Amino acid sequence: MKKFLKAEEIFFRVLMFLSTTLIGTVLFLIVFSVIKNGLPYLSWEMISEVPSGGYYFGKEGGILNAIVGTVYLSLGSTLLAFFVGLPVALMMNVHLVRYQRFVNGIRLILDLLWGIPSIVYGAFGFTLMVYLGIRASLLAGIITVTIFIIPIMIRAMDEALKTAPRGLLEAALSLGSTRSEISYRVFFKQCIPGMVTAILLSFGRAAGDVASVLFTAGFTDAIPTSINQPAATLPLAIFFQLSSPISEVRHRAYAAAVVLFGIILVISLLTRIISGKYKKNRINF
Amino acid sequence: MDHTKINISKLNLYYGRQQILKDINAGIPEKKITVILGPSGCGKTSLLRCMNRLTDLHPQARLTGNILINGKDILNTTDDITSIRKMMGLLAQRPYPLPMNIYNNIAYGLRISGRMNKRMLNKRVEHYLRQVSLWDEVKDRLRDPAVALSIGQQQRLCLARGLAVDPQIILADEPTSALDPLSSQAIEEKFNELKENYSIVIVTHILRQARRLADHVIFMYMGEVIEQGPADAFFENPKLEKTKLYLRGMFY
Repeated sequence: MKKFLKAEEIFFRVLMFLSTTLIGTVLFLIVFSVIKNGLPYLSWEMISEVPSGGYYFGKEGGILNAIVGTVYLSLGSTLLAFFVGLPVALMMNVHLVRYQRFVNGIRLILDLLWGIPSIVYGAFGFTLMVYLGIRASLLAGIITVTIFIIPIMIRAMDEALKTAPRGLLEAALSLGSTRSEISYRVFFKQCIPGMVTAILLSFGRAAGDVASVLFTAGFTDAIPTSINQPAATLPLAIFFQLSSPISEVRHRAYAAAVVLFGIILVISLLTRIISGKYKKNRINF
Repeated sequence: MDHTKINISKLNLYYGRQQILKDINAGIPEKKITVILGPSGCGKTSLLRCMNRLTDLHPQARLTGNILINGKDILNTTDDITSIRKMMGLLAQRPYPLPMNIYNNIAYGLRISGRMNKRMLNKRVEHYLRQVSLWDEVKDRLRDPAVALSIGQQQRLCLARGLAVDPQIILADEPTSALDPLSSQAIEEKFNELKENYSIVIVTHILRQARRLADHVIFMYMGEVIEQGPADAFFENPKLEKTKLYLRGMFY
């Protein structure tokens, strides 16, 4: 019996080691291949200029249009989704504690929405545009991507708020605070690290998604100057360049991917630095 | 008995089909320490939570009967629940400081109950921290997070925070169960000082603590009040056989 237990222990330890190594290797390979293919082709010109006439045939120019478009689009929709999502997540965890069944229903719906492929959101956004009479533009892109990331935002914040102890809610209620005071002054502060994770997760999805912006934001070589103009995005730029027969252009697709990595890294670091300031007051359990 | 602060009559509490409290009739005297005593799972914490209606948070909780505070029913009322809860400070089994610094933990209650200028606020915060003998320990680090305090200090901070909303009643649910003996003693001493001005209800299963603190005792078992009365009579001269057995440590 003892021998069996020991064998079981070793078996699972090996299994864990293998799966950790597998995940680590895959992650390394992705980052490595993108950087190896892209970094040599990444130049200052590429991130500081918009495409000139022959850019897609391997001539001069850059992808500044797509960089700016992606930043506008992701920041805009993440901000919108945050302000729509936060009250919903707080409502679910502070106001509706008594109605667990209802809240679990909402969670189920949000999980379903999370699971819908982004092309469906793109198609929905497109019908919405036709209905409202908007052309492919930054605005339409932001609206579509916002709808797409709201479920992600809410559920991620909800998971963070769920970890706040019940005793904290009871303590705050006993002080005679209203639910809204508890939401914004206590629960939000307690869960700031989780909120940051939610924002990052949504931002990453918004920045990296192709299908939802394919019809809605359009593509252009110019930098958009108003929300009514179409906007290029990095994932689409990568997609177009990667399908080129010219090898130079294909390498530039990888360089664009390196830029996308860079944007997400900068945003992650920024939000973590900002939230680190508030982390110290958090109670741990 | 002198003036009764809280009068509980025919109180029943159900969680779903399960009946937690059975026909509770009890009185809690003003400006005294009332100890609710009983073995684990007898419903003493539930009774305490009925008093400031934290039972509202439970999906399946159902209450019948009356709880009168200052002669006003708090169960069947349209009054704002937050103003009812403001009459009572709660001290939980373990401290739950708010996720803010020490100063704001006290100031929170003051701020939500009304606007106050900075000087006034500083004065009140100091007053309440002194009241729980925490001022000298924290006066140089008021801006530190409350979680940096030891657990005993946190519990005193929570007591001060509760006092800051100017309650008439203090509800304490096994307030020393997470604390070391010295911190427990500090809390118990505070209760003895505070009963001058507040009506205090303490839930405990520690017999010795009950003997040390109680002016009035409510003894519960299996969701019912078995015996209640002034502490001296209860401990020296219990009327019922069950109480006698419990006091001798024959069952828990």
